[in-house]
Amino acid sequence: MTEKTFIAGFGGQGVISLGQLWVYCGMKEGKKVTFFPFYGAEKRGGIARASVIVSDHEIASPLVTSPDSAVVMNMDSLPLCEEVLKQGGTLFVNSSLVKVESKRTDARVIKVPCNELAEEIGDVKIANMVMMGALSKATGAVALDKLEVVLKSFFPENKHKFIPMNLKAISAGMAAVK
Amino acid sequence: MAEEMRLMKGNEAIAEAAIRAGCTAYFGYPITPQNELTAYMAKHMLDHQRTFIQAESEVSAINMVYGAAAAGARTMTSSSSPGVSLKQEGISYCCGADLPCVIVNVARSGPGLGGISPGQADYFQSTRGGGHGDYFHLVLAPKSVQEAADLTHEAFDLADQWRMPVMILADGLIGQMMEGVVLPENRELSSLPKKAWAAGGQADTHRPINHVSSINLVPAELEASVIERFKRYDRIKAQEVRYEEVNVDKAELILVGYGTSARVSLGALEMAKKLGIEVGLFRPISLWPFPEKRVAELAAMGKKFLAVEMSMGQMVEDVKLAANGKADVHFYGRCGGMIPTEEEVLAEIRRLLKK
Repeated sequence: MTEKTFIAGFGGQGVISLGQLWVYCGMKEGKKVTFFPFYGAEKRGGIARASVIVSDHEIASPLVTSPDSAVVMNMDSLPLCEEVLKQGGTLFVNSSLVKVESKRTDARVIKVPCNELAEEIGDVKIANMVMMGALSKATGAVALDKLEVVLKSFFPENKHKFIPMNLKAISAGMAAVK
Repeated sequence: MAEEMRLMKGNEAIAEAAIRAGCTAYFGYPITPQNELTAYMAKHMLDHQRTFIQAESEVSAINMVYGAAAAGARTMTSSSSPGVSLKQEGISYCCGADLPCVIVNVARSGPGLGGISPGQADYFQSTRGGGHGDYFHLVLAPKSVQEAADLTHEAFDLADQWRMPVMILADGLIGQMMEGVVLPENRELSSLPKKAWAAGGQADTHRPINHVSSINLVPAELEASVIERFKRYDRIKAQEVRYEEVNVDKAELILVGYGTSARVSLGALEMAKKLGIEVGLFRPISLWPFPEKRVAELAAMGKKFLAVEMSMGQMVEDVKLAANGKADVHFYGRCGGMIPTEEEVLAEIRRLLKK
C-alpha cells in the first residue's frame, strides 16, 4: 500500500497540521512516511499546501506529482487539485467552502461539510480534523487509532483539553463518508 | 534500549544529531531554507551548557568556527547557498590550517540570491574547493532525514580523524521535509578524541605553545605542506568513498543522482520496472571523494549513464571524468528551484532506450 496525498487550502485552515498529523499517525502505525510543506510568506490567508506519502515500503520520491488522493479545503484550491489528481483518484472536497461540482468525472468525489461539522462540535478551527477523519475512512491508509497519543505529544499540555474535541471531529469526518 | 522513531524535519534532525555528536560550539546566521537548524541550535545548545552564537554575518560565523576549531572544540556552522558562498574564504583558511569542523549547506536555487526552493547547483563549489588555493574537503550528501542525521553525526568523527572540514550538502527538500528518524547515540564529551595540536589551555598543561595558522611565506615549506596534505587526500580517496547501488547488475542504463535527485530517480526506476524496463541507480553519498573507481568499473561493463540533477549539469562532469570516454553519459536536470519529477525522468529513460 502506498497512498500519496496532496492537501491544499489557505493559511490558517490547518493544512500543514493535517499533513503532519496524518504522517505522524502513519509512522506510529508502522508505515514509512514523508511530509513536504509548501506555503507562502504570509502569516495568514496565503496558500498552504502539503504533500504527504504513507507506505508499507521505503518511499522513493517524496514529491507528490500524481496523487492518489487530493484534499480541497477551499475554493481556490479546486482547479489545482483537479489538475494533479491521478486518473480515477479520490477528491476530498470541503463542501462548506466549495459549492461547485468538480470537473473530474473520473474521480471519486467525497464531499465533507468540514466547517459546518466542526462548528457543530464546537470550533471551526477543527475543520481540518473532520477532513482527516474522512481521509482515513475513505483511503484506509492511516487508521488514526493512535491519534490520541500523537495529539498528546503534538500539543503542549495546556492544549490537551482540546483533544476530546479533535477526536470527535475525526469521528464526524469518518461518519461523513458514505 | 533502541531510540524511539521520531517525526522530524531534516534541518532539526541535523541539529539534534550534531548535539548528540558532541558539537560544543555552533555559529550561524539565519537563511531560508535552513532556518529550523539555527533555531533548533538556539533553543537546545544552551540547555546542554554549550555555545550558541548568532553571528552578525556568515563571514563572522565561519571565522568563529575557525577559532573554536583551533581551540579544539567540535564545532559547526550551517547556511544555505548564498550564505555558504560567503563562508568560502573561511573554509579555505580551515583547510589550510587543517582544522576539523562541520559545515552544513541546505542548498537552494541560484545564482545570486536566487530563490528559496531546493537546488543542487552548489556541487562544483562544494567538491572543487569553493575558496582559493589547492584544497579539498569531504562532502557527504544525505538522501533522507535519517541519513541527514546519521551523516552529520559521523561528520564530526571524520573531521577529527582527517583534520579537515566536512561538508553536509543537503538541499532545501531534505531540510524542509519531515520523515521518521531514529536519532544517533549521544556522545559523552569526555569520550571525544583529545587534540594535542589545539591552541590554548597551556595554564593547565604547561605544554609548549601550539600555533594554528594557514600562512607560510616560505614557498618551499608551503609546497611541502600542501603536498603532504594531498597525500592525506589520497588516503581519504582510498578509505572514505561511499555510494549506494540499486539494480545496476541487470540494467543497461544507470541513473546517477545524489540527495533528492536520487529519491526521484529511484521513483522513476520503480515506474520503469512496472513497464518491464530495467534501469539501475548509482547514488554517490560521498561527493568528494567521488566514487570514480566504481563508475569506471560500471563504464567498463558497457553501462550507459543518465545523470539526474537539480542543476544545469555539474555532477555529470564527475561521471564523465570517471567514465573517461568508455560510456555514454547523458544528463537530465531542472534548475531554479524546480525539482525533476519521476514522470520526467521516466520519459527521459524511455527516450534514451527507445522503449
